[in-house]
Amino acid sequence: MIVLLGVLVVVIGFATKRNPLLVVGVAGIVTGFLGGLSPGKILAAFGEGFANSRAVTIFAITLPVIGLLERYGLQEQARNLIARFAGLTTGRFLTLYLGLRQLGAAVGLNNVFGPAQTVRPLAVPMAEGAAERKHGPLPERTREKLRSFAASADNVGLFFGEDVFLAVGSILLITGFVNTSYGTHLEPLHLALWAIPTAVCAFVVHGWRLLRLDRQLERDLLTAHAGTPVVEATQ
Amino acid sequence: MIKAEWFYWLVGLSFLVMAAQMFTDRSNPRRFGTGAFWGLIGAGFIYSSWVVTKQAPAAPLGGAVLVMAVLAGFGCTGRGTPRTTTPEERAAGAARLGSKLFVPALTIPAVAMVCAVGLKHVSFGGEPLLQEGSETILGLGLGAVVALVIGMIMLREKRPSVPVQAGRSMLEAMGWAMLLPQMLATLGAIFQVSGVGTQVGKLATAVLPEDSLYVAIVVYCVGMFLFTIIMGNAFAAFPVMTAAVGWPVLVGHFDGNPAAVLAIGMLAGFCGTLVTPMAANFNIVPAALLELKDQYGPIKAQLPTAGVLLGCNVVFMALFAF
Repeated sequence: MIVLLGVLVVVIGFATKRNPLLVVGVAGIVTGFLGGLSPGKILAAFGEGFANSRAVTIFAITLPVIGLLERYGLQEQARNLIARFAGLTTGRFLTLYLGLRQLGAAVGLNNVFGPAQTVRPLAVPMAEGAAERKHGPLPERTREKLRSFAASADNVGLFFGEDVFLAVGSILLITGFVNTSYGTHLEPLHLALWAIPTAVCAFVVHGWRLLRLDRQLERDLLTAHAGTPVVEATQ
Repeated sequence: MIKAEWFYWLVGLSFLVMAAQMFTDRSNPRRFGTGAFWGLIGAGFIYSSWVVTKQAPAAPLGGAVLVMAVLAGFGCTGRGTPRTTTPEERAAGAARLGSKLFVPALTIPAVAMVCAVGLKHVSFGGEPLLQEGSETILGLGLGAVVALVIGMIMLREKRPSVPVQAGRSMLEAMGWAMLLPQMLATLGAIFQVSGVGTQVGKLATAVLPEDSLYVAIVVYCVGMFLFTIIMGNAFAAFPVMTAAVGWPVLVGHFDGNPAAVLAIGMLAGFCGTLVTPMAANFNIVPAALLELKDQYGPIKAQLPTAGVLLGCNVVFMALFAF
């Protein structure tokens, strides 16, 4: 039971807003010691963990080209483009993005979209452009909310689309674990089929919340324009 | 054969080049700490190749990781004044280049798609062109390189330092958040070997009353959800919760349809991924990348959806699996 103290370290650390890197480092060391690992083993665990998880950081390779294009006005052009589609409000645009993200993941194209590849350079300026066309410059709080929702559309679409695809990690993990542990034979196709109801629900629920965002923006901006002064975007 | 390790070296090398720029950037009050942080990450990326094949000890890399955590955790890293264009120049660029600007940006997803769908099956002399199992990573990496070349030619930008500078200032803006997902993966592994999983499994079995199907369904789904929040990853929660509740109770005792129980159980875990800062690559890194003041912004936007979907999963399991 005592190894669960490591979990407690994480919870307290995040709750008191310490730097997450320190929290995780301390939690790892504490849990390792409580679990009976030697200092050398703990260091090796940190090293192996870093080496085996490099794939989550590889998106950094896209930053130079995205940064280069942003210097030449990529985000501005994304705003200009959305201005031509008068019917495409922020909420409708993000719902469209959610649907595309989900369909892409369902056919195995997980890395085609992502926060660095599509959300920052394309989805966010388009969502903001659609809102600005209607409401003028956005106060910072509204901008934050809108960007948070753009990030959420990417995540929800990915999580509840990918399990419909047969060869994705989570499906293979399920079949691998169950077939070796319990000596049965589960077909990936059956697992993928049972992911469809939740996938439909995810699109309906999150899509509905994204569509409602339009009305929320309107309300937020009415109070914001009446009260606090408008803060210009930093970029 | 194009190997995944080559792209890790390329990423490591670009971190090293950016670190060299950071060391010389006098506009950054903490340039030495910043350069050391990213230099260590870059060197670690390359050294890792030999750790993965067990040809080099992992402990020195672990020491370096802890140094990185200390550098970033105690505020020794900072950011310089980015050398970039003014809003007017950007507007002029957008007006001049128009939608041509999207061509390199869309090249990344297009190449990633071609690699995942088409090149996956191409082989030369019996060897696959792209390393097996790494097609999507390689697609992203190749896409970025091709896009950079197209972008440089299209924009008639001859100085390679310009995209490196642009990438570097995005890295500086993201700071420690970049390293967090890899630190968390490590913590998950340490939790695993220290037996945190088995303890949580025991807890779940302890709160489980006998002979109530609906309670068992809720314990399995909510257990997946909570355990995923702790571990930051449904994959770590799945074997534990399935061995404790999913298989022996729901499939064994109540005779549920295994495919439906396990698939929906996994999705209940995904609801947990939506709301935990431990899943930093999905929740914290985008906040940093989008330059949000509130690092929990995406989690707050996802919380209501995650709650509703957890309920949906419980209902679906009760309806479809039994």
